[in-house]
Amino acid sequence: MQADAPKTIDLHAEYEASGAKEVLDELDNELIGLAPVKERIRETAALLLVDRARKTLGLAHQTPTLHMSFTGNPGTGKTTVALKMAGLLHRLGYVRKGHLVSVTRDDLVGQYIGHTAPKTKEVLKKAMGGVLFIDEAYYLYRPDNERDYGQEAIEILLQIMENNRDDLVVILAGYADRMDLFFQSNPGFRSRIAHHIEFPNYTSDELHHIASHMLSDQHYTLTEGAKAALAEYIELRRVQPHFANARSIRNALDRARLRQANRLFTEGGVIDAATLSTIEESDIRASRVFRGGLDSERKGDSE
Amino acid sequence: MRITQGCFSFLPDLTDDQISAQVEYCLTKGWAVGVEYSYDPHPRNIYWEMWGHPMFDLKDPKGVMIELAECRKAHGDAYIRIIAFDSTRAVESVTMSFIVNRPATEPSFNMQRTEVDGRSIRYTHNTVR
Repeated sequence: MQADAPKTIDLHAEYEASGAKEVLDELDNELIGLAPVKERIRETAALLLVDRARKTLGLAHQTPTLHMSFTGNPGTGKTTVALKMAGLLHRLGYVRKGHLVSVTRDDLVGQYIGHTAPKTKEVLKKAMGGVLFIDEAYYLYRPDNERDYGQEAIEILLQIMENNRDDLVVILAGYADRMDLFFQSNPGFRSRIAHHIEFPNYTSDELHHIASHMLSDQHYTLTEGAKAALAEYIELRRVQPHFANARSIRNALDRARLRQANRLFTEGGVIDAATLSTIEESDIRASRVFRGGLDSERKGDSE
Repeated sequence: MRITQGCFSFLPDLTDDQISAQVEYCLTKGWAVGVEYSYDPHPRNIYWEMWGHPMFDLKDPKGVMIELAECRKAHGDAYIRIIAFDSTRAVESVTMSFIVNRPATEPSFNMQRTEVDGRSIRYTHNTVR
């Protein structure tokens, strides 16, 4: 034990002082649902805080492995949480800068021999001191093509993940089933990743909440009829193909705004701010979702 | 003879921590940092070999330190310098440069006099190893 190490430490004071509390509160307030994810992040934060306290008191400690994998369906908030995670790790002093570098296969893998290594290293250098977020990480590994350059990127990644644990944190993200397959075929990744966090799908209620959040951020309001239509829309959209949780909702709202703008323009005349920011039932009801989805898919269903 | 060019060259050699701190300073200024090496430290030899591209968009000096370590591995017996490029409009040039690696034995310079046009003398310097 070091001679000058303090004897006691107040964990809660430490928690407040580090600013981790703000990040966790932000997470709670800004993100709807995702209870298991929040729980896991809280646990991780607690672990890191205790670890830091151990270090301050001069107890044996080891930099914990912080690499993570986020699995979940599209639109469940993986990128948003990764951003918060970067902030959290920065506040707790586990990454020096706390920026998030978000990449996909294209940014890591080259197009010809000898192109991949410099490209991957370039990205890794940019991510140093922060968090590297690899979206749809399973595309790095193509089992059907043994000469695929993805393998090279994987090897460099694994090496950096092991040797530069103090310098950067890697988060792999993607759909659950394909990530499982990816980890099975790359055991190196599985063992280097300590935290596997699963993102559940949103319930219809949560999606409705998210929609009203998005709208109020943009200063739009729904009429009562529109609210009911939106609830119905969400129920219908969930079961249709290519449903991407919050992202689908955002797209639906964008289209509703488009229709609203078009309606106002066609009606013409003098309008006020309230009219400009109100979305009517008809703006939502006009969606194809109420008629059973895309034409091409509807044909497919009937066959 | 100890070569003195760029910043800090009259000081003792910088340690890796000090280099890292200097690079950090460059990055906070928004400069692009690059690594260059040369076996010929002649003052007229201003264009050194580039070790990879200058690194834009870095947030942390670690990226530069990794490249520096690789360059030292490959060219341990060369002069290596770190340069910082300021891309601000109307500056657009290297604003800082310092030597981070020297060979074990440094060359010296020999002045050579050439008589021209009667008794006029022209001077030039050669690197002597």
